[in-house]
Amino acid sequence: MKNVIGVINLGKPHSMLDELTRNRSIASVPFGGRYRLIDFTLSNMANTGISKVAVFTLNKSRSLMDHLGSGKEWQLDRKIGGLFMLPPAITFPTADYKGDLQNFYGHIDYFNRSKEEYVIVCRSHMVCNVNYSDALQFHIDSEADITMLYNRLDPDTVDLSNCYQLEVDEHHRVRQMSSDADEINTGNVYMESFIINRTLLVEMIEHCIAHEQYDLTESLIMQNIDTFQVNAYQHEGHLSIINSTTSYYNQSMRLLNPDVWRGLFFQPGLVYTKIKDEPPSKYIETADVNNSLIANGCIVQGRVENSILFRGVKVAKGATIRNSILMQECEIGEGAVVENMILDKEVCIKRGQTLLGNASEPVVITKRSTI
Amino acid sequence: MQRKEIIAMLLAGGEGRRLGALTQKLAKPAVPFGGKYRIIDFTLSNCSNSGIDTVGVLTQYQPLILNSYLGIGSPWDLDRSNGGVTVLPPYVQSDGGHWYKGTANAIFQNIFYIERYNPQYILVISGDHIYKMDYDKMLQEHKKRGAEATIALIEVPWEETGRFGIMNVDAHDNILDFEEKPKNAKTNLASMGIYIFNWDVLKSYLTRDDENPYSSHDFGKDIIPRMLQEERSLFAYRFKDYWKDVGTIESLWEANMDLLEAFPTLNLHDTEWRIYSVNPNHPPQYIAPQGSAKQSLINEGCMVFGSVDHSVLFYGVQVGDKSTIRDSIIMPNVKIGQNVKIYKTIIGEGTVIGDNCTIGVEGADAPITLIGEDSFIPSNTKVKN
Repeated sequence: MKNVIGVINLGKPHSMLDELTRNRSIASVPFGGRYRLIDFTLSNMANTGISKVAVFTLNKSRSLMDHLGSGKEWQLDRKIGGLFMLPPAITFPTADYKGDLQNFYGHIDYFNRSKEEYVIVCRSHMVCNVNYSDALQFHIDSEADITMLYNRLDPDTVDLSNCYQLEVDEHHRVRQMSSDADEINTGNVYMESFIINRTLLVEMIEHCIAHEQYDLTESLIMQNIDTFQVNAYQHEGHLSIINSTTSYYNQSMRLLNPDVWRGLFFQPGLVYTKIKDEPPSKYIETADVNNSLIANGCIVQGRVENSILFRGVKVAKGATIRNSILMQECEIGEGAVVENMILDKEVCIKRGQTLLGNASEPVVITKRSTI
Repeated sequence: MQRKEIIAMLLAGGEGRRLGALTQKLAKPAVPFGGKYRIIDFTLSNCSNSGIDTVGVLTQYQPLILNSYLGIGSPWDLDRSNGGVTVLPPYVQSDGGHWYKGTANAIFQNIFYIERYNPQYILVISGDHIYKMDYDKMLQEHKKRGAEATIALIEVPWEETGRFGIMNVDAHDNILDFEEKPKNAKTNLASMGIYIFNWDVLKSYLTRDDENPYSSHDFGKDIIPRMLQEERSLFAYRFKDYWKDVGTIESLWEANMDLLEAFPTLNLHDTEWRIYSVNPNHPPQYIAPQGSAKQSLINEGCMVFGSVDHSVLFYGVQVGDKSTIRDSIIMPNVKIGQNVKIYKTIIGEGTVIGDNCTIGVEGADAPITLIGEDSFIPSNTKVKN
């Protein structure tokens, strides 16, 4: 896949996860026992064979930079191409951030200096396992200007707030799009990923900025649906949309379905993440675990049910974890009970404590707190 | 090339004949261990954690898996521009090709490699032991005593002395004599096969040894006895932690089972001394509603629908509904069907086991059953050792 470069656009303010994104960007929210959300997008690009990827960041990027490092895990520590971390190119303290297109414009050289013909632009809160090769071939064959990726979901069962839905005709052309479900409620959910010819993208960015338009989706795509040939490509695999704490919780719990687990983690490619070199997880004689996902480095002595344990979690004897998500290095003391909770990294629950949350509105315990 | 104080030469050419089917296609150091590792990970991680950044790995028997596993050494943080991991197979010279004729000869044939770094000391280790050790402490001791050679030793049970190189030391841990696999040992102090030499001293012994047509070119049998004979200063370095030679099916099984203790002597969860390995990038393991896991080590990518008790599961293992696994070691990507019983068995990588099979014999004193890699066991089969 030599003819395409990747962009992961994190330049759109995104505060939908409250506590989980208090000190981190949504891209670095831990997910699925050992990953961060951005791992899925980056792995998709790596598995497609894309070897040049830019990450346009906004703020709170410490944990993201730490996680990505040189990009080695995604085979992006390259001499030719590789990983580009591109924070906003604006001047402080008078900075006035107007939108993600401003970020694209600030780094227009990334596009100008590339020779590849196509660009794939993605965000990080749509979790899926996809090889972009077929979508790109579809884009080329249909001679589209822009090809948007979408997935069919049931609007009655999935929370599609803050999502764009598409109206697509029989020739795969996008006729209309809207984030208002009262206008369009087709279940064709735009995955906030699109393919575009590089030179066209540069022209369109410059045009938008000249007209003081700064929102990538609205200004660059939505306004041009009639002017350009905007096609839609349907992705048929699993899609998790992380747009609220509740959806984060529900989508995490879906991973306890073996079909979803296989589909998201193995097909069509593997998902890569920063390696921690944790040993295999250890179950002591008193361990009682069922319907759970357990990452490496855990030591389980108590009861774990319908839960997700990230790397290095310790559950002491007599403790009970139910319907909960415990992030990296949480420690649960003897006899403690944790139910319907999300524990951020390194939370310590002392012996005998009881934390009962509500399954429909899970509570998040702040990183590094002790209870 | 910048001079190195110490470099390591890691002997990894062993055939491991006593591991039977497990070493048909790979060298002993590449045999999987502990749910995640290969045996060589322990010595490579020890080097890295001890601050030794130059490691020559001497390979000979079935090197393909080992070579591709080592790569450029990045999993052990040994991808260095000056030093790092170098795989050293036997090669053809102007007077023809030579296999490595013994441990000492393997080092002798790579004098050019060692001289590139012009080291003051050389650490000779072997890639088929399981232990965590700070080689730097041993080096500091070697320097402090002004030794010409230091040999690490460990106390072994008296009844096992016949399997080891046994040393006799004086009150100050000077080595007095060294016997390879003695029938009637004078002490129970066994050599761990870990040596630090002053390079100039070792070089002269290696050169002389090469000229000796009667030599078997082995450290334990030739080099060390010759140095003792010539009254060189040889010291013992005592090691008291976990160390295991996993050269037989029984000892490999035991060493894996040792890890299942609630507080094993070999602590893999020690963040100060991590054991690194190549990562297969699998998701967290899934334990199904009807599944269970007790007294076990289970790696990422496993799917457990049955029950796993007192066993080690490597990555990507699938255990079907109503199947039971007890006292066993299941290597990577083994697929186990439904209603299968597995007792005290080692199953090699990639094996597929059909439904309703019974494998192995139950009971603490039962013999170990071994199934080689990529085997296929059809449904309704009974297999035992």
